[in-house]
Amino acid sequence: MYNKKVMDHFQNPRNAGEMLKPSGVGEVGNMKCGDIMKIFIKVEDGRIEDINFLTFGCGAAIASSSMLTELVKGKTLEEALKITNTDVAENLGGLPDAKLHCSNLAADALHKAIEDYQSNNPSA
Amino acid sequence: MERIYLDHGATTPPHAEVVEAMLPYYRQYFGNPSSVHSFGREARRALDESREKTALALGAAPEEIIFTSGGTEANNLAIQGVIESLSHKGSHMITSAVEHHAVLDTMNKMSQKGCSLTVLPVDRCGMVDPHELKKAIRDDSVLVSIMTANNEIGTIQPVMELAAICREKGVLFHTDAVQAIGNIPLNLKEVPIDFLSLSAHKLYGPKGIGALFIRKGTKLGKLMFGGGQERKLRPGTENLPAIVGLAKAIEMATADIPGKSKAVAALRDRMIEKLLEKIDAIQLNGHPEHRLPGNVNISVKFVEGESLLLDLDLKGVAASSGSACTSGSLEASHVLMACGMDQQTAHGSLRLTLGHGNTAEEVDYTVATLKDSVERLRGMSSLYRDYRRQVEKKRNIGEEKTCTTKK
Repeated sequence: MYNKKVMDHFQNPRNAGEMLKPSGVGEVGNMKCGDIMKIFIKVEDGRIEDINFLTFGCGAAIASSSMLTELVKGKTLEEALKITNTDVAENLGGLPDAKLHCSNLAADALHKAIEDYQSNNPSA
Repeated sequence: MERIYLDHGATTPPHAEVVEAMLPYYRQYFGNPSSVHSFGREARRALDESREKTALALGAAPEEIIFTSGGTEANNLAIQGVIESLSHKGSHMITSAVEHHAVLDTMNKMSQKGCSLTVLPVDRCGMVDPHELKKAIRDDSVLVSIMTANNEIGTIQPVMELAAICREKGVLFHTDAVQAIGNIPLNLKEVPIDFLSLSAHKLYGPKGIGALFIRKGTKLGKLMFGGGQERKLRPGTENLPAIVGLAKAIEMATADIPGKSKAVAALRDRMIEKLLEKIDAIQLNGHPEHRLPGNVNISVKFVEGESLLLDLDLKGVAASSGSACTSGSLEASHVLMACGMDQQTAHGSLRLTLGHGNTAEEVDYTVATLKDSVERLRGMSSLYRDYRRQVEKKRNIGEEKTCTTKK
């Protein structure tokens, strides 16, 4: 069902957990699909210095959250905004078709977290 | 890694005796039961004996048993067959909201074609209320189909009562007994069931074979056209090795049901008790008493079912889930939703179905493993963090009530 890379991220998720005093938080998902993702970012000098996630969801939801945090860490906000859900799935070596639309939402959560940061720091 | 199989509701490991009984019919007795020569006669004899054994196990007569490719075909044949044979009387059907898709989808298809359909609700434990059935029966009702026991939550329906109501009102009664046969005693001499579906691979027999019991004197249309096999109701050369396997399996499964069920139910109760004791924020789904001996269905709040299944599988425990993600659809289990469960709780459902091969040690290992998996996944779940914060705020949160015993 899932490839080795997806299973690795599911078993050993990177950057899972809550962040104290984040610069921005983004949450996406709905209960109908059974996936809810929350992304926390710490921004310093226009760069995402740290990122964490909390996800309630299936294996694909957890793996894509984990992969996203790996892709984003250290990137500038501008670079991070260019990352899409498709990029996350591609970096995982693909996800089952049924999961592409329901559980692959991590980039959306990231974009919301960046928006949250920007609205908190209008001058940034 | 030692693996633990806790998915007997999906399929069961065939008994060695069943496989042994089947093998000669792949080798020396390969004849076609319809052939006149000695090869055919040997096969015919085995077919007749298998039908007799199957009938005996159910309290039926041999001519009341039609072999099919499995439970799905038996359900389709009963439902579509009645709609065809009784079209002069009417076209109203009644079923329940917790049926297997082989019944629900067939009924829905019939209703798209112009039949009318009533889907009876169930209570929180998945039980159909016989009074609701009584009220739903109309003059043009031709068939009621209600399962004997539910595949997801294990709830056993009051089939005796439901069948009696149908008999009294003159409506045919079908029951999908795929999960029930071999687990709970059922004698067709005593229960006025008109059609009953069963499947061999759920009772330690081979896959690809099942049967439909058709009460003597009941007319039924057919789905397929061809030869004269199975009283012309199910044409096609009989799958004799599988039929022999079904007969052996059902013979074994129905011998000493109370004794075997008691052993499995003891494991089930041990598991339920330990799970509820060791893991917080979980609930038992289905009925606390009227429940299949091997069925454990729980909802683990703040965790999604598929991730729990994956984690358990990595640790050698094979379970299943009513979770949307495993079934490929986006919706949560229709059975749990029909029991009035909210979506979040339904998404965290897990089904562990025990069988004859399981041990108390396996149950204990599974509970410990599940506890670890739940803790790991809850550690990543924002919903669980929010919940813990609320609990800490309130401290004395009351125990949530699960299913109540039916009066």
